[in-house]
Amino acid sequence: MSTSQETKHMDTLRAIDQARSGPTGNLRQFVSFRVASEDYAVDILSVREIKGWTRTTSLPSQPEYVRGVLNLRGAIVPVFDLNCRFGASLTEATSKHVVIIVSVKNRLVGLLVDMVSDILSVAESAIGPVPETETTENIAFLEGILSINDSMVVILNLDALFENITMADEANDGLKVA
Amino acid sequence: MSQAPVSVEFERFRQTFFEECSEMLADMEERLSRLQSDGLDLEELNAVFRAVHSIKAGAGAFNYSRLVQFTHTFEYLLDRLRDGRMILDGDIGNLIIQSADILSEMVAAAREERDLAPDFEIQIHATLKNALGEGESQTEVKTQTATMTADQTAQIGWLVDFKPKPQMFRHANEPLLLIRELKSLGECQITTSLHSLPSLEALKPEDAYLSFYIKLRADVPESRVYEVFEFVDGDADITIEPWVLATGPLMVDEDEQGFGFFDQDPLSQISESEAAAERFGVNETIITKSPNSPTRQSQSNAQNTNGGQAGSVQSIRVELNRVDRLVNTVGELVIAQAMLRQEIAVLTETVLTQGQGLHANESLDSLEALTRELQDCVMAIRMQPVKSVFSRMPRLVREVAGKLNKHVRLVMIGEHTELDKTVIEELADPLTHMIRNSVDHGLESTEKRIELGKNPEGEIKLTAAHVGSNILIHIEDDGAGINRERVYNKAIEKGIIAAGAKLTDDEICELIFAPGFSTAAAVTDVSGRGVGMDVVRRNIMKIGGRIHISSVEGKGSRFTLVIPLTLAVLDGMLLAVGKERYILPLTSIIESFVPTGDQLRPLVGGGTLVAVRGDYYRLVRLNTIFGVSHSQSDPTKALIVLVETASGGRIGLLVDELIGQQQVVIKSLKENYIPVPGLSGATILGDGRVALILDIEQLGKLSDQHLKGLDPVEIPELSVPQIHAA
Repeated sequence: MSTSQETKHMDTLRAIDQARSGPTGNLRQFVSFRVASEDYAVDILSVREIKGWTRTTSLPSQPEYVRGVLNLRGAIVPVFDLNCRFGASLTEATSKHVVIIVSVKNRLVGLLVDMVSDILSVAESAIGPVPETETTENIAFLEGILSINDSMVVILNLDALFENITMADEANDGLKVA
Repeated sequence: MSQAPVSVEFERFRQTFFEECSEMLADMEERLSRLQSDGLDLEELNAVFRAVHSIKAGAGAFNYSRLVQFTHTFEYLLDRLRDGRMILDGDIGNLIIQSADILSEMVAAAREERDLAPDFEIQIHATLKNALGEGESQTEVKTQTATMTADQTAQIGWLVDFKPKPQMFRHANEPLLLIRELKSLGECQITTSLHSLPSLEALKPEDAYLSFYIKLRADVPESRVYEVFEFVDGDADITIEPWVLATGPLMVDEDEQGFGFFDQDPLSQISESEAAAERFGVNETIITKSPNSPTRQSQSNAQNTNGGQAGSVQSIRVELNRVDRLVNTVGELVIAQAMLRQEIAVLTETVLTQGQGLHANESLDSLEALTRELQDCVMAIRMQPVKSVFSRMPRLVREVAGKLNKHVRLVMIGEHTELDKTVIEELADPLTHMIRNSVDHGLESTEKRIELGKNPEGEIKLTAAHVGSNILIHIEDDGAGINRERVYNKAIEKGIIAAGAKLTDDEICELIFAPGFSTAAAVTDVSGRGVGMDVVRRNIMKIGGRIHISSVEGKGSRFTLVIPLTLAVLDGMLLAVGKERYILPLTSIIESFVPTGDQLRPLVGGGTLVAVRGDYYRLVRLNTIFGVSHSQSDPTKALIVLVETASGGRIGLLVDELIGQQQVVIKSLKENYIPVPGLSGATILGDGRVALILDIEQLGKLSDQHLKGLDPVEIPELSVPQIHAA
């Protein structure tokens, strides 16, 4: 990881700390990142950690976008290839790629992305709705659209994106009882 | 009372109370288990009494009135036994054991906030009262005054211990006014204690020093008495207890000793209630309402309590997940250290001089020793004596034997053997089932035993001992043993083995673990239907253990359980398939070999069988079902590991190579993801990489087809694998 990248990560983490330490009026903060040539963002409060890509241990019989699991200080954390998850091809991961560790309903999940771009502070009102398109079925995980310097940033709803996992857990608990 | 959210605190105290109850009940159970054989000595009787008394005090504080009433009578009986006014004979012994069982159930019900049937304890309660009545009249003939059953009917007033705190006057309260008000309720007999009165020099005029012990003879509810002191809550320690008139002689006792005792030392009575309050964490409320506490507390008893506490091992309660975090962190420390060593080794070769390298290695050695010690310490935290499960067995045996009208003696050895808490929990069900089975099916009926010239009382022996990193548990009975012919025929009848199959004696015995096998001629309500030894076996396998049986017909059977000491660590075999590394539980491995071409037989409809000494097993190619590339696909150049599943089936796993035996820390995949078919978890290897732990049970069931990769474009619903359904 280059030095400039690292500085940027430090800034990101500092911003995360700030965001945690108190409300900022109606402002919401996001961490934005790039996947393929598109910009996406997730709520800064769900971001736990940002680390460079390292080889993962692949899991058998999982969807292709599940890149396997990594060891995060003793916790086994699954890594998702966002590009692939959004229907494009598998990312050719290199050490320049970044894994954003996010927390979704008490689970830690890694998102494989190309790079972390920025910290965005925007007013709630600046978040636009997702326009209806032909394929509305699989985009429940899109929360809204931001326009930053004339370019589009898509805000992801992590709860919806990982619903499969959290739901599977509940269903599984049910089975256990039976 | 503090202004903190009362409900939360209350809930916490309640929790503590029940935790202590379980401990006390377990301890009681253990002591009572020896009652039938050795009786109880005074010390043990005292211990049981104290347990019941503490439960009563707590139950009073938390308003479990049924519990209070029952424990009160129970306690009364124990008290009678303690001071020798009643004799502990067989009937009373049985009564105590039954009462203890009932008490456990009542506490459990209170804990889970479920309602028991209204007549749940009525019968035994009445028996207790009867026994008390009889005992009294037998030993105390001259009982004339107020016949005493432990009922509240004999209550004639209240005993109030009123100890103003020094600051009382400063808060504009005056004890005299309170005492006057108390007097308005009825006749008062007041004893003033000058104990805390200092010498004149030290006396502060604005402090309160006197305390009072008041016997109030009045038929008023407790709340009325309490009301008098309502405003001095925080300024005085107040204990209100019912003034119960016991039997005649007891009254004499009270006048002659009891009062003298209080006059001399009014503190000791309170100190016990206070101690109870403190133990339950309710020390903000000093007013301890413990109705019906026995009016007579011998001083020796108070001392006993204190002595017992001081002598016992000090302990603290810690949440399990804190310990887990510690275990995790130490695990990480071990890995970090291994990586450090590797890097130093590299540095020694390139940068450092020989001397520097040696020095670094020495430091690392001591670090490693410390880490290992730390790891042992952390593991030891989770260790608990197996007693907590064993102690439930005497009650179980009594219950089952009672239902079946059998006479059974349970002998337990090695209850102090320690193993991981989580394992203990998993052990409870299989053990319960097996003990029940032994009493029901293992032992013959009493008549049959007499007929056979055996001791009419059957014996079941439960032992535990450490062997290496495992614990060995034996369950032995001196019953009929296994009728091999019957088992064999039954197995054929049920289609478990083919007619005419040649089996050794041991193999026939092992058939009882086969799914769908149950030998009991009649299905009893004791052992139930449908749950057989196969479930026991599966449960044991689930925690990485094994189970065996040996039996001599006519002499008895012996089950042997080999259980790993901990669930957190697994003895595994690290193996390679292509670039991937997997861990195979060591206990499941039977053998490994490089197959010859004619050992492999293709099966119609796909799949391959591997022949081992005349038996055919399914070949599971890990590389195909897990989709691993660059692996050895020619079986004759790879390795087959023959493994046994929990249900006793065997499969051959095709792998590239076995790397070596290794102890690994088990991590859950479910914690952050979902369960993955064929895997029971993951672990972290010495180099920080994640390796997956194979689940043999599932691998045997997975079909090759199911595991083809999913279409990447489709956003699939992650299916819920049917893992826990079994």
